[in-house]
Amino acid sequence: MFSRDNWKEIFETIQKNKLRTFLSGFTVALGILIFVVLYGFGNGLINTFNEFFEDDATNTFYIFPGRTSMPYKGYKSNRQIEFDNSDIADIEESFPLFVEYISPRVDRSGLVKYKNESNNYTTRGVSEAYQFAEKTMIMKGRYLNQEDIKDKTKYAVIGRLVEKDLFKNENALGKYIDITGSAFKVIGVFQDDAGDDEERRIYIPYTTRQLIEKNTDKINQIVIGFKPEIGYTGAMTFERKLGDFIREKKFIDPNDQRGFFIRNVADQLKQNQQFAGVLQIIVGFVAFGTIIAGIIGISNIMVFVVKERTKEIGIRKALGATPKSVISTILLESVFITTISGIVGMILGVAMLSSLGDTLKDYFITNPFINMGTAIFATIVLIFFGGLAGYIPARRAARIKPIVALRDE
Amino acid sequence: MIEIKNLHKSYKMGKNSLHVLKGIDFSVEEGELVAIMGSSGSGKSTLLNILGMLDELDEGTYTLDGVPIKNLNETKAANYRNKFLGFIFQSFNLINYKSAAENVALPLYYQRVSRKERQEKALKYLEQVGLKQWATHLPSELSGGQKQRVAIARAMAAEPKVLLADEPTGALDSTTSYEVMDLIQKINDQGNTILVVTHEEDIAHMCKRIVHLKDGVIVEDKKVEQVRAAQYV
Repeated sequence: MFSRDNWKEIFETIQKNKLRTFLSGFTVALGILIFVVLYGFGNGLINTFNEFFEDDATNTFYIFPGRTSMPYKGYKSNRQIEFDNSDIADIEESFPLFVEYISPRVDRSGLVKYKNESNNYTTRGVSEAYQFAEKTMIMKGRYLNQEDIKDKTKYAVIGRLVEKDLFKNENALGKYIDITGSAFKVIGVFQDDAGDDEERRIYIPYTTRQLIEKNTDKINQIVIGFKPEIGYTGAMTFERKLGDFIREKKFIDPNDQRGFFIRNVADQLKQNQQFAGVLQIIVGFVAFGTIIAGIIGISNIMVFVVKERTKEIGIRKALGATPKSVISTILLESVFITTISGIVGMILGVAMLSSLGDTLKDYFITNPFINMGTAIFATIVLIFFGGLAGYIPARRAARIKPIVALRDE
Repeated sequence: MIEIKNLHKSYKMGKNSLHVLKGIDFSVEEGELVAIMGSSGSGKSTLLNILGMLDELDEGTYTLDGVPIKNLNETKAANYRNKFLGFIFQSFNLINYKSAAENVALPLYYQRVSRKERQEKALKYLEQVGLKQWATHLPSELSGGQKQRVAIARAMAAEPKVLLADEPTGALDSTTSYEVMDLIQKINDQGNTILVVTHEEDIAHMCKRIVHLKDGVIVEDKKVEQVRAAQYV
């Protein structure tokens, strides 16, 4: 079956029936190519989703103040809720089982100067725990620590791009920058995966910010990191209890949804992962359909090829070809064509995906890829069915009596 | 060489059964050149197909070169065809994407003859039919007579016991027909056994023996004085 003569015969047949070979090969190659590219795009979409969340810790709640929408216990509606330092302490005290870290957040935007360079940046007053929430990476120096918060030091941790903007090639560490009129010593430089905006931030102790602002104890937002081991259901319980706690403390009607807001990153992440999962299923379905279409395409061509060759098969049988040799010739030919073109399609697809890289990022496709296992499996499936598609009509043709086949015009 | 006794064959045509061969007794010695004649529907092609193992008999016995031909499966029939028989068809039946030499070499391929030997033999037999210089041409580049000569070379390449020709001149004009018959006579002169199915009197008389078929039975079986085709060429 695998003698050199047999292959020679097959190659000759392939060579002399170029259109037929091209058509069946093209169908297979295109099928695999589309499968690989689609599947890769699906993975690219999922990458994009994951990237949105990779940047920040996912075990995080952000609590924003709002305005009440209902009167409650003598308080009028439309009251502005404010958080202050006591809220931080109270939450920490009331939920020791849930809270891993907690940090206030006080954002101010303003002009920052160093020598002759100046620019507008967001300066964020935080506690030392905030580093975990943002997954901030320190490039040099250090982050804020507990002492800084307690002592209300005038220390600043600046983003990589702030250093680049203001200091050019100078080392910012130990230098003093002017943040809206106050001098801060740069104690650290950080980088962040989320991009340029995040790297154009400055962190200072929130206590220092409060001191500058007439020694107030007000804070904008509260950031809570819950213990990861409480899991998703624990997080949901914590979110509910936390809401009840704040409502009670701030005298907000239990049914009032507008007094404050909790952004639960874990919940969002879960929803988005579900969305990405559904997306993957859809993409998988389309890709599967492509493979099916490819199989049907190659089956059609094989049926046609065998039909077209019925007379030739009759001639060959009259000259002494056994049914086995007829089947093996047609089968090997179809498997050979599907294998070669399947591999070509697969390599083309993989090459296409890797050459794309991040060029389609604007369309939410980041770094599309397909793992080789999936690509090879799909190719093998197509080769197998290509062979089967050749085998069934070939077997039928081999059974035809030569006299019938010879009459076929 | 060929021994047939009480051969019956019928075809099912829907509900009706068409009895084509109604008891044929017939034998051919080695080296004979036999014409099988008859009008259309007389059963001459059916007889040839059964002789060629392209079709199966219903009743009777068929012995070819001492080998009883019965209950053949496809593979065995294929091997016997390859070993014992060479076919020449009215419509040539060359494989159109193979060159003349490749067509001639094809039966040898199924005999598992080595590639080199196949090529040598193909050229040898093409030379015998006078087409050596056309070896690399495709059938579409050949005339009808040339195609039939390639087909004859192909039938001979396997060195079969018997050559079966089904209306070999049916698709050719008379001059070309005589050329082909001349070739067949020359092959017969070398001692090959040949059966020719034809409905043309002049072609039949170029054989050595004429068997007349009518309505599925042999009505006449006579030896004739052979007319050499060479005088018309």
